[in-house]
Amino acid sequence: MKIRTILELLDAKVLCGEDKLDGAVHSACGCDMMCDVLAFVKEQAVLVTGLCNPQVVRTAVMMDMRCIVFVRGKMPPADVIALADDAGLVVLATNERMYTACGKLYANGLAGGEVINE
Amino acid sequence: MSECVNFHFDIDGDNFTSAGEASVRIKKHLRDMGFSPETIRRVSVAMYEGEINMVIHADGGSADVNVYVDRIEIILADSGPGISNIELAMQEGYSTAPDNIRSLGFGAGMGLPNMKRYTDSMKIESEVGKGTTIYMTVNV
Ligand SMILES: Nc1ncnc2c1ncn2[C@@H]1O[C@H](COP(=O)(O)OP(=O)(O)OP(=O)(O)O)[C@@H](O)[C@H]1O
Ligand SMILES: [Mg+2]
Repeated sequence: MKIRTILELLDAKVLCGEDKLDGAVHSACGCDMMCDVLAFVKEQAVLVTGLCNPQVVRTAVMMDMRCIVFVRGKMPPADVIALADDAGLVVLATNERMYTACGKLYANGLAGGEVINE
Repeated sequence: MSECVNFHFDIDGDNFTSAGEASVRIKKHLRDMGFSPETIRRVSVAMYEGEINMVIHADGGSADVNVYVDRIEIILADSGPGISNIELAMQEGYSTAPDNIRSLGFGAGMGLPNMKRYTDSMKIESEVGKGTTIYMTVNV
């Protein structure tokens, strides 16, 4: 799925990384606990989350993710967006809630991702 | 195999916002040095969890990363409250983190088990009231 498709499906706004919308991603994870995201390496390129602090960006960087989607109309502060921009991530914001956002992406073919190392 | 490059960081304990900066920097250094993405991810995630722990549980500390040809060592040292029962702390789900930390996305009790899972060896030395030092090694 192209990141641009995520943008359309979730009627989202682009907060940074506009030039990378044609990048393809194959799996996502929806999570508000960063240590859960860090727990297992999965080939997950998209992080859907309701949290807006810098640790969300660093967690995505640590896991080599490509895109963060902030749900529930949350607007991350400018320094968080700048951090993500610096790291080359695409950041989207949508009014959808976590469950709906994940449901729409999953239903349209974005998988959950396989655990690679145990 | 004795050649070694050292990176040293002081970890600010008062600042949750900057927690993890050292790990992001290490990630960049290792990438510049040409390590594989898997090795880089293992080192940087283990260090990141340790760095966050030092900020939320121990009021900061220091991090040293020693890069050898065949392995990467991470040494995290703090003068925090120490861990009284290491075996318990290593269990998944065990956490003493306060609610405000949980609302920031941490405090699930996954950090230490994650560090063990991502590294080839891990040793915790801790004395209550004195501090904690964690040694981790990732073989290249
Ligand atoms: N450097 C440290 N100094 C003192 N206590 C620590 C330190 N690191 C960990 N602990 C103790 O060990 C417990 C378990 O740590 P662990 O990293 O596994 O979980 P957590 O930090 O509470 O939550 P998470 O890592 O999932 O965000 C902590 O709750 C804390 O009580
Ligand atoms: Mg922790």
